[in-house]
Amino acid sequence: MANDLECRALVKSYGAFTAVSGVSLAVPKGSFFSILGPSGCGKTSLMRMIAGFIEPTAGEILIGGRSMRGVPPNRRPANMVFQHLALFPMMNVADNIGYGLRRRGMAKAEIARRVGAVLERIDLADSGPKRIDQLSGGQKQRVAIARCMVLEPTVLLLDEPLGALDLKLREHMKVELKQLQHQFGTTFVYITHDQSEALVMSDQVAVMNAGRFEQVGTPEDLYYRPATPFVAGFVGDSHRWGARITAQAGSDLRVETSTGLALRASAVVPLAEGAASSVFVRPEAIEVRVADGRPDPAPALADVNVFAGRLESLLFNGANSRAMIRLARGDLIGAVLPQNLLGTRLGEGAAVEIRFAAAATLAFPAGGDALGGDAP
Amino acid sequence: MRDVKGIIVGLLASVMLTAAVPARAETLRLLTWGDYAPEAVIKKFKDATGIDVEVTISNNEDMISKLRATGGAGFDLAQPSQDRILGPQTDFGIYKPMDLSKITAGLFIPELLDAAKKNTAIDGKVYGVAHLWGTSGLVVDRKKAPDIKSFLDLCKSEYKGRVSMRLKRPALLGMAFALGEDPFAAYGDKAKYQAIIDKAGAALAACKANVKAYWSGSDDLLNMIRSGEVVAAEAWDSTGFKLNAENPDINFVAPAAGALGWIDTFALPAKGKNDDAAYKWINFVMQPEIAAMIVDSAGSFSASKGSDQFVSPKLRAAFQQAFPPEVIAQIKWFPAVPAGLEEMEGKVLDKVAAGN
Amino acid sequence: MNAPLNPAASGASAPREEGAAARRLSFILVFAPFALWIALVILVPQLNLFFLSLREKVGPQVYVLGPRNYTELFGESVYVLTLVRTVVMSLLATFATLIIGFPIAYYIAKIARGRARTLLFMSCLLPFWVSELVRVFGWMLILRETGLLSRLLQGLGLVDGPVELLYNDVAVMVGLIYTSMLFMVVPLVSTLDSLDDALVEAGYDLGGNGLVVLWEIVIPHAKPGIVAGAIIVFMLNLGNYLTPTLLGGKNSQWFTAQIYSQFITRFNWESGSAFGFVLLVTSSLIVWLALRASGQTLSGTIGKG
Repeated sequence: MANDLECRALVKSYGAFTAVSGVSLAVPKGSFFSILGPSGCGKTSLMRMIAGFIEPTAGEILIGGRSMRGVPPNRRPANMVFQHLALFPMMNVADNIGYGLRRRGMAKAEIARRVGAVLERIDLADSGPKRIDQLSGGQKQRVAIARCMVLEPTVLLLDEPLGALDLKLREHMKVELKQLQHQFGTTFVYITHDQSEALVMSDQVAVMNAGRFEQVGTPEDLYYRPATPFVAGFVGDSHRWGARITAQAGSDLRVETSTGLALRASAVVPLAEGAASSVFVRPEAIEVRVADGRPDPAPALADVNVFAGRLESLLFNGANSRAMIRLARGDLIGAVLPQNLLGTRLGEGAAVEIRFAAAATLAFPAGGDALGGDAP
Repeated sequence: MRDVKGIIVGLLASVMLTAAVPARAETLRLLTWGDYAPEAVIKKFKDATGIDVEVTISNNEDMISKLRATGGAGFDLAQPSQDRILGPQTDFGIYKPMDLSKITAGLFIPELLDAAKKNTAIDGKVYGVAHLWGTSGLVVDRKKAPDIKSFLDLCKSEYKGRVSMRLKRPALLGMAFALGEDPFAAYGDKAKYQAIIDKAGAALAACKANVKAYWSGSDDLLNMIRSGEVVAAEAWDSTGFKLNAENPDINFVAPAAGALGWIDTFALPAKGKNDDAAYKWINFVMQPEIAAMIVDSAGSFSASKGSDQFVSPKLRAAFQQAFPPEVIAQIKWFPAVPAGLEEMEGKVLDKVAAGN
Repeated sequence: MNAPLNPAASGASAPREEGAAARRLSFILVFAPFALWIALVILVPQLNLFFLSLREKVGPQVYVLGPRNYTELFGESVYVLTLVRTVVMSLLATFATLIIGFPIAYYIAKIARGRARTLLFMSCLLPFWVSELVRVFGWMLILRETGLLSRLLQGLGLVDGPVELLYNDVAVMVGLIYTSMLFMVVPLVSTLDSLDDALVEAGYDLGGNGLVVLWEIVIPHAKPGIVAGAIIVFMLNLGNYLTPTLLGGKNSQWFTAQIYSQFITRFNWESGSAFGFVLLVTSSLIVWLALRASGQTLSGTIGKG
């Protein structure tokens, strides 16, 4: 069996409240698996069940193919990197890393050797005698991981360990974590509410909401092929409309938004005519042209949505710069600002035209979308 | 700065004013034993003289400590035992001589007055006049421990864990007498005295296994005897009479070697401020009817002539049972303690307390 | 001071010094009442006691300077034994208080929530609403031969006759532990409160069992609280008078009772002062040793506690 971690129909309820309701997952050996979800979605409960701090109400957890029922956390082949790292301040770096080895009754010399080796791997060879508070944020992070890795666990659980770092260091640590995972070859299970962390590092991402998995897939799947309106709204930026299906032919739809726009869209799941729908389009799928009255070099095809509007503001952010465009119907839509327009001094209030393909306009059944899913 | 000065002066003035107000209504600050100044007597005194009495409850040691701390100030009248005046007065000078002309001698039983005068005289000056007297001996539940007649009987094995004492000088001296010694006769000879109290201390230490607990306040003892946990104890006669009123089986028993008699006195603290009131109080409480009220309250006997007629019959009966004339004749009166002896006794008692 | 390094600012140095002087003055004014209080309430009486302890009495109201009060104390095995006994019993009682108080404090700090927590804390505080005398009398009523516990044991048929549970060292221990529990629990709760639950979880997660986590993580973290609580409780025990005197048996002499008897029963202030000073030095020494051994500082522990 190639799965290091498997959960089968896990349920955790606290009285009437169900934190985790029927989650199943399988994490292949050596992969980086993330659980992404907003706070309160149940991801922490899920991770604490895997670590053994709380007992599942129902369902089963297998680590390395072995059932974890009744196995206390100190006997599980899974170790955890805590949100605030939980390094022991009463011990130095070497003793922190050696803590788990000492619990296994290993000889002192062997412990020292292994601790030395792992310190070298994380580039902290001379830091063994240092106190924890003498380390920088990134160093602490590495020690916390080394403290687990030295035990050669089957699964390493990481509970938003980058949350406490500043932005720059966080970006750096994302890369470093991924490298460490490659280096050790251990299965990582990473929980986070930060989609960029999940997308950058993971082989597989599970998007969790209200105690359930919305979708499990590669980062590309989640981004380009969201299975639910929640995923579409939560992963990446999107503009969202509430809409009604006016015509349907296979997955090709015509919809009318609540603001009165007529759009062509593709159905992700079969949708009947007249059904209420949520329609998403990503900013980078929207093409912006200056409406200078000249004929379009690439005339709009039948499966492209075209609207005229006015440039309301430019939000400069390097490669991520946005153009905010006000349509005639009042919608304010954000689009990635094309490089050719960045140079031109496009004045605010200038007439523009936007187009986006029907294939990039995804329609889901209405409701169930993520908080904050609307485009800015 | 002037403001500050003004404030200080104002404060001082107000402090002095408040301090002065109670002084205007005359008060007598009395340092005495519990039950020696009953509320009813204080009220009668106030009615008769207009003087308020402020009572501070104390005991011999505490009186000396309090007066030593202030050099004899803070109280206008104290009531130490006659034997506890000479030593502390020599060492600390905490009392002043009494003007015997201000005391109505006719109110006193002459023998007691003379005894106290003799024992409290230094260089021909008298420092104390007798007030109440009593003895230290045994309190016995005669039903449960019929054969306890002497201090040595407290140490009989059948009463193991059933007796109590107060680990102070009366127990030590009572034991010395029980052993056939006469410690009072050795007061002047320190070496001989040391030998006697060492012997008595050894006897007390040997007896320790029998003692349930050493009592320190008479309430401890009352509790232990009332509950039946203790059947016999070294104690004051007043405790015996009090218990006798509740349970006729229990009474004071004078030890075979003689009860140890003490006399509590009136003495004037060296820096007392109201000697007149003190003399008035003395002459007031020594009137037979008043003295009897105090006897009923304290359970001890008064040096006031004729007061026994006014004492409650119950107390009189208990007294007559405990003190037939031959027993009274045998009472060993505590002589004044020369300076230095108490330290020697203290060490012996400490060893008894600490030893196993 | 740094004027030469910063010539541009030298012109402003005069008013700055004036400001510093004003600050110093205000500091002195603020500090003065405290200093005065320390001096009058603590320093002066102690010094007075110390001088008193060096006075030898050679006759009525005649004294000379000398160490006799101390040599007498140490020459008399009774007093030395009492001191040693008092110290040992105080240490034992402190240790017992820690052993009993630690789980209570852990429960209050880490497990109890909301109302239960407040309630538990209050129940630790409750005994302090009555005077120590009443508290000790309470124990006397429970432990005495005709008391509650003895009757209960008889009622349950566990003993044949009445049993005396009072007037022994165990009764003294019980009284001391009861009296000083709060002073152990409070500093422990405050240090345990600051223990991150994740540290305990990490301790388990990395393979430790309950005992290991307690020994390697919880206790090292709580060390300042343990030391602070132990120091306070030890001092309270050592200086307690009422509890050992009332609950103790005929052999349970406490050193404070010796001091009391020197001062009050013997009117021997000189010797009493020497006794008091020996107790002060002994307790200071033991506290210092304990701090050294545990690698803590007084400010670090009491400050945190």
